[in-house]
Amino acid sequence: MSVVGLLFLLMGAMAVGSALLVVTTARLVHSALWLVVTLGALAGCYLLLGAEFVAWVQILIYVGAVVVLLLFALMLTRAPTGVQTGLTTGNRVVAAATAGVVGLVLVTVVVAGFGGARVSVDEESVGSATSMGDAIFRHWVLPFEVLSVLLLAALVGAIVLSRGRASSGEETP
Amino acid sequence: MPTAAAASIFPRLTRMDGYYGSYVPVLAIIVVGAVLVTAMFLGNRLLRPSRPSPEKQLTYESGVDPVGTGWAQIHLRYYVFAYLYVVFAVDAVFLFPWATVYAGLGWVTVGEMGVFIGIIAVGLVYAWRKGVLAWT
Amino acid sequence: MPLLFPLVVAALLFAIGVYGVLGRRNAVLVLMGVELMLNAVNLNLVAFDAYLRDVLHGGQVLTLYVIAVAAAEVGLGLAIVLVVFRGHGHIDADRMRDLADRDAVDDAIAAESAGESAAPSRSGVAGADPEPVAVTAAVES
Repeated sequence: MSVVGLLFLLMGAMAVGSALLVVTTARLVHSALWLVVTLGALAGCYLLLGAEFVAWVQILIYVGAVVVLLLFALMLTRAPTGVQTGLTTGNRVVAAATAGVVGLVLVTVVVAGFGGARVSVDEESVGSATSMGDAIFRHWVLPFEVLSVLLLAALVGAIVLSRGRASSGEETP
Repeated sequence: MPTAAAASIFPRLTRMDGYYGSYVPVLAIIVVGAVLVTAMFLGNRLLRPSRPSPEKQLTYESGVDPVGTGWAQIHLRYYVFAYLYVVFAVDAVFLFPWATVYAGLGWVTVGEMGVFIGIIAVGLVYAWRKGVLAWT
Repeated sequence: MPLLFPLVVAALLFAIGVYGVLGRRNAVLVLMGVELMLNAVNLNLVAFDAYLRDVLHGGQVLTLYVIAVAAAEVGLGLAIVLVVFRGHGHIDADRMRDLADRDAVDDAIAAESAGESAAPSRSGVAGADPEPVAVTAAVES
């Protein structure tokens, strides 16, 4: 097995293992921190698959911004540090069974469909910042512009939802 | 240069491909950093005497006795600041590939990026007009 | 490298995300499960981009867009979670039954869960966070 394959297995095992800890740990803040490990390991997977720019965007956006937002929300809601009971629902057995079935079906499908396929990465297939810029601004401009509308809508929605009663009180006269 | 140096140290890794070879220094730094941190904490644990007492287990707050718990609720208003940061981080991410190609693709691309930033800037103006940017 | 490596990792991540969404009570942890599922999809997109040697880099560009969409999604989702917290004093997914299609069984479950958790949660709300009452008062006026 190649060095790249071994490194990918290592990164993938890291991602899956820390993802398991994300959904099972009994400490809220640890859950967010294990999510950082998962997302970082996935960035390593992207690097190994030749998606250079996507990997660094993953670090910037997911690890740098989304997890910060999640930690922020944990600070804004009641998130005591330390072990907590009752973080899983009563139907956790059904949830685990559903997840097991989903995983089994997906793994069966991909093994049946792509059992012998191989990925090879070389200079031409690497998604560097230049090739991504070329692809976005030559071929995928319309979804890019639509994305700005989506971000605007989400920003306005978040502002409307999270304005406290103080600012709505100022507005009424 | 660093790739060439790495190639002499890790010939087995860099032999495969130029793309992976360029990341060998990154991998080396991560490995060295992990080993260094592990070794330092391990050495610390092996060398130090361990006599815990309740006073030593207290959170260190610049010499003052800690008050309350580790969790304190911050005001809901700060969430909008955090989210503005996220939106503009996403915005900035698309500036990187744009900066590498706009010279080659011409003014149309500059206009497209202008529309993108303009639409998101509407959100910033909305936040400003609604008064959520006021830091009181 | 076999294509199966990324695909199996993505499938497992997706299944773990499904468990996180269905099995967690804290709404922020539910959103973390959603993030795991989105990342599994992203890994699939990147893997097939590399496998098909896409000259337009459609998979990787779509991954960038999914990351941006995920940022928008998590921002709105957390805003909704914070509104729920302000109104109810908790973000427990099991106890958010305002929109439930109620029947006898549901009412029995609701009464049971209210009975077992009423004392600690009520004291917690009254002691630490007077805001829910004030917010409802403001809305009514």
